[in-house]
Amino acid sequence: MSVTTEEVEYIADLARLQFEQDELEDLAEDMNQILDYMEKLGELDTGDVEPLEHVVDLEFRYRPDETEEPLDHDEALKNAPDADSDYFRVPRVIE
Amino acid sequence: MSTIDHQNYEAVIGLEVHAQLLTESKAFTSISTAFGASPNTQISPLCIGHPGTLPVLNENLVRYTIKMGLATDCEIARKSIFARKNYFYPDLPKGYQISQYETPICHDGTLHIDMEDYEKDIGIKRIHMEEDAGKSIHDQDPHNSLIDLNRAGVPLIEIVSEPDISTPEEAYAYLGRIKQIVTYLGVCDGNMEEGSLRCDANVSVKPRDRKEFGTRTELKNLNSFRNVERALRYEIERQIEVIESGGEVIQHTLLWDPQKQQTRQMRTKEEAHDYRYFPEPDIPPVVVTESMIEEERERLPEMPDVRRQRFIEEFELSADDAYRLTEEREVADFYESIVEQVENPQSVSNLVLTEVLRVLNERSIGIEDFPVSTGRLAELIQLREDDKISSSAQTEIFDAMLEEPEADKSAEDYAKEMNLMQVSDTDFLEPIIDEVISSNPDEVKRYQEGKKGLIGFFIGQTMEKSRGKANPKMVREMISEKLENGDQES
Repeated sequence: MSVTTEEVEYIADLARLQFEQDELEDLAEDMNQILDYMEKLGELDTGDVEPLEHVVDLEFRYRPDETEEPLDHDEALKNAPDADSDYFRVPRVIE
Repeated sequence: MSTIDHQNYEAVIGLEVHAQLLTESKAFTSISTAFGASPNTQISPLCIGHPGTLPVLNENLVRYTIKMGLATDCEIARKSIFARKNYFYPDLPKGYQISQYETPICHDGTLHIDMEDYEKDIGIKRIHMEEDAGKSIHDQDPHNSLIDLNRAGVPLIEIVSEPDISTPEEAYAYLGRIKQIVTYLGVCDGNMEEGSLRCDANVSVKPRDRKEFGTRTELKNLNSFRNVERALRYEIERQIEVIESGGEVIQHTLLWDPQKQQTRQMRTKEEAHDYRYFPEPDIPPVVVTESMIEEERERLPEMPDVRRQRFIEEFELSADDAYRLTEEREVADFYESIVEQVENPQSVSNLVLTEVLRVLNERSIGIEDFPVSTGRLAELIQLREDDKISSSAQTEIFDAMLEEPEADKSAEDYAKEMNLMQVSDTDFLEPIIDEVISSNPDEVKRYQEGKKGLIGFFIGQTMEKSRGKANPKMVREMISEKLENGDQES
């Protein structure tokens, strides 16, 4: 398996990241090394092993359907890069 | 008008319905889901995507979904997992939606629909749990979008049908059925215009004699039952025309424009999605125990089909009346609460189906907002049953009660006040009847000679002279007795 720089660029785009060409090449190399290492794990026969969906073996707990005090409105908007008195404000998302 | 013979084609339709659940609190945090709060006041650090927050699953989200699964004959997974669906949009501050992907909690069910001249079972592929996003507002500020995160994290279920639906009418019936079931179960208010129920459709067409499905398109923005039907009809037509003119249907996501009554393609940027699902590491696999399933099974209300059948048997209603009365759970409850107080269930059915539903229709309100209590309606019906008022008087009093919904007056008070009580008092009726008989000697003679049909004439005259207040049954008895006796005297 081999990751191309085009694939790195595609994944970066999905994560809203931008890289120069030389960075893309470095990242592709890093990713390929990681994948090679993973391939090694593939050599093990795991046919009889249940797929692991979660790393912590917890007993499942539900939360009762009850409400608590919400976060204070001003407090909630305080950390926003931009807001008016009611809303979070973001650059326009549709033309 | 197109000249294409559509009979040669058939459509293959699958629907994805999102239903907002009526839980008290959000899916993964104890914040109220109540509708209509001012913007960004029903939020916690989790809802606004702050680091270090952890989701904790609401038990009722799981229980309500199990209920829906049981009501649609689904298999209930004893273990299912949540997954992250990754995409960027400002109303989703975490950068992912918590949803279910490979292992939905309910799968392989069926939903029965009744069409005008046939019935059909539509397969339910899966029902899964997920959270809603916030709301973006684009029309208040020319340079910015405004974000309200009150809705972020409100629990949803997504109900995915098999591609078993063949016509826009079936799609409409299927949606109606989903709405009926969620409202009977009380897990969702079923309001499509307000977005508590949302529907996306996948549709393709193929020549009847071909087995493989054609290329499908996805329709979004279908925010009413009628729009679903119209958009599907439009899109089926469009696809057939594309194929007939030698073109190829391209797999797209299309938006329905209700103003223009046509579909338009979403910009490619809007539909370029690669969600990179992976198991949600913050929530362990959801375990559903046998006892949870049994508890929910026991809590299931009587479902519409069963209730309809019981109405037919227990109250001796026609199939059609029983169908209309059980279509909405609230109407059926309303009906039954009157029936408990009145002797004749059919007379209750008549009043509810003609008068009450007419008023709901005229005022565009639900039965929960019907102004007159079931107790007062029961009195009114009983008054008619006891022959104390005529059927036209019943309607008059019904209208009067509607005018004064809060009045502390019984149906009988109205009848007296409006002078509508039927009179069965012989002292009152006798002089009127005597006058009618003595002023119509010719008719008396013909009656006594055998023209018994004339009894109607005498009753009519008496009713008129009593201004409709006479009890017609009583009048009939008295007149016929007098005329027969007269026969003996002569």
